[in-house]
Amino acid sequence: MKTFVYIDHFKGEVQPASWEALGLAKSFGAAIALVFGTGVDAVAKAALEYGADEVLVADDASLADYRAETYASTLTSLASSQSPNLILFPTTARTREMAAMSAVDLNTGVLTDVSALEVNGESFISTRPIYEGKLIEKTVCSGKPVMATIRGRAFPKPNREEGKSGTITKVAAAGEAKSTVEGYSASESAVNLGDAGVIVSGGRGVSNNPSLTPPAGMDEKQAEIWRAQQGFALVTELAQLLGGAVGASRAAVDGGYITYAHQVGQTGKVVAPDLYIACGISGAIQHLVGMRNAKVIVAINKDADAPIFKQARYGVVGDLFQILPALTEAMKKKLGK
Amino acid sequence: MKIIACIKQVPDSEAKVKAEGGQVSWGDAPLVINPFDEYAVEGALQQKEISGGTVTALCVGPESAKEALKHALAMGADEAVLVSDATLNDLDTVGAAKVLAAAIQKIGGADMVVFGRQTLDNGAGLTPAQTARVLGWPMLGLAGQIKVDGGSVQVERVLEEGRQSMKANLPAVLSVVQSIGEPRYPSFMGIRKASKATIPVWSLSDIGASAPAPIVTRTELMNPPAQETATEMITGETPAEIAEKLADKIIAEKVL
Ligand SMILES: Cc1cc2nc3c(=O)[nH]c(=O)nc-3n(C[C@H](O)[C@H](O)[C@H](O)COP(=O)(O)OP(=O)(O)OC[C@H]3O[C@@H](n4cnc5c(N)ncnc54)[C@H](O)[C@@H]3O)c2cc1C
Ligand SMILES: Cc1cc2nc3c(=O)[nH]c(=O)nc-3n(C[C@H](O)[C@H](O)[C@H](O)COP(=O)(O)OP(=O)(O)OC[C@H]3O[C@@H](n4cnc5c(N)ncnc54)[C@H](O)[C@@H]3O)c2cc1C
Repeated sequence: MKTFVYIDHFKGEVQPASWEALGLAKSFGAAIALVFGTGVDAVAKAALEYGADEVLVADDASLADYRAETYASTLTSLASSQSPNLILFPTTARTREMAAMSAVDLNTGVLTDVSALEVNGESFISTRPIYEGKLIEKTVCSGKPVMATIRGRAFPKPNREEGKSGTITKVAAAGEAKSTVEGYSASESAVNLGDAGVIVSGGRGVSNNPSLTPPAGMDEKQAEIWRAQQGFALVTELAQLLGGAVGASRAAVDGGYITYAHQVGQTGKVVAPDLYIACGISGAIQHLVGMRNAKVIVAINKDADAPIFKQARYGVVGDLFQILPALTEAMKKKLGK
Repeated sequence: MKIIACIKQVPDSEAKVKAEGGQVSWGDAPLVINPFDEYAVEGALQQKEISGGTVTALCVGPESAKEALKHALAMGADEAVLVSDATLNDLDTVGAAKVLAAAIQKIGGADMVVFGRQTLDNGAGLTPAQTARVLGWPMLGLAGQIKVDGGSVQVERVLEEGRQSMKANLPAVLSVVQSIGEPRYPSFMGIRKASKATIPVWSLSDIGASAPAPIVTRTELMNPPAQETATEMITGETPAEIAEKLADKIIAEKVL
């Protein structure tokens, strides 16, 4: 059994689920990591340390910026010449596109968002959530190679063996780019909800602290956003203490309190952290579908009747502006930080 | 500008969806336009307002999907087309992309085809890029902002890592995210126009396509294991006391 594992990175920063895919590949047999880009030696080396049997590196100017077309064509060319049985990807914005396109080239299919993958003779049976997690289906792909994008945090991450060496083979890039990257502005804070073990989220409630007096000269909307930013500062402080990420409800995003990249739910990200702390979020179905698979859910809300409490393992009826700082303090003490 | 918005019909988010005898059942919950595809229609209409031209809503699905197309018409789309064929029951995303590409050619091509990010039901999120690949057009995915300038289009792509500005020549395939702007409500006039519209239904032979053989198929459908969440409310005299108790509970869960 030969598996390709595509290591997804953005400017050298690897999406951790890539390593989880590598671990899964190893459980089936030979795992060959694919690294595309320019100046990606460190990523290739890391792939060996995480257990890749070999790394194929396409280091080419045409791959400097991710473009779906060239990345897909390079993948198609490698798959055609080396005939892997399986190609695994972490599920990310980029891999959905390049796997989608390469599957068209190779006349095969993509199993997406896979949370379990079993081998059955020549075929792979994937398990994946559908209908916003209301159902679970098993699917198979009759094409060759089988392509599958795996869910973050669904498979164990292999141990890293520092300094482990192995074969790194240079391969050629293929295809022609059909677009250009004109610029890039980083998020103020890295938002990596998919891989976060802990997420602390804020909703419309983070703007509700009448006792805070905004700086003079702000109109009502500006004052609301300013208040919300004070609220999100508390959310962020707890998230950072717990080594987690900051999430948000759509009301918070629509209110201009925080960027869309933080949104959890139906039209945002679907997440499954070990711990999810919802602050000032009512618990609308469109939010719940994005986070109800978290292992432990904590809800902090002023309203004892808020639907979020029905999903929560622990609930606190109270003002987040009082509870959050106290919780951060208590955690600091107990965790010895 | 000739713009096509691709939409799918899905059961409403509030629907109680269940697996029954290997089939998906949503009771009598309404079928609606896929929420992401409302953003696609919105994005298409915004571009029409800026550059002029037409917006055509396109759907591959059963007869009932005309209702979703009517929603797009009521929002302001000029035309709608349904591709429906008895042989299309087990369509996977590659198949859907081939059918969509054939329908786009039959419509007479376009300057821009706008997709949603993902569907609520199957949710593979593959169809836009696959349609672009079949057409051989550039793919600009997850656009939060669109700007057309002469023969090219520039988008702000919304990624977890930040915003990336990408540019390509038209014709191009785009997918949009929520940052594009809230979908407009159908106007009274729009609803009247949509209710009177006759939506052409094309078969596969009408668009010169044959039924694609499905490559990805479902072998089993299950209800997820029931979650029993017994909620424990944490109370106390002061925020500090509550926080103290809650911190102990969280630590005891061993999730940190
Ligand atoms: C098609 C569609 C897609 C959608 N997609 C999403 C999505 O992806 N994600 C999403 O989140 N929503 C989504 N929504 C919106 C969703 O329906 C809700 O409107 C939204 O989740 C509400 O956000 P919220 O809970 O922050 O705000 P609200 O419902 O207004 O709740 C605010 C809560 O804060 C509490 N509160 C107020 N002040 C305080 C305080 N000081 N301390 C503690 N608690 C306080 C209140 O009691 C209340 O419960 C979608 C809706 C539609 C129609
Ligand atoms: C008779 C018939 C019955 C069908 N029955 C089912 C069914 O039971 N379950 C099911 O999931 N699908 C069904 N389909 C539709 C088809 O199988 C799916 O649309 C296709 O596989 C897309 O997969 P997805 O939902 O994962 O889309 P994604 O890849 O998640 O969709 C991304 C975007 O592509 C566009 N798009 C997706 N599908 C369509 C479409 N059909 N028409 C126009 N634009 C589209 C939208 O803009 C969408 O936001 C049926 C189709 C027909 C003709």
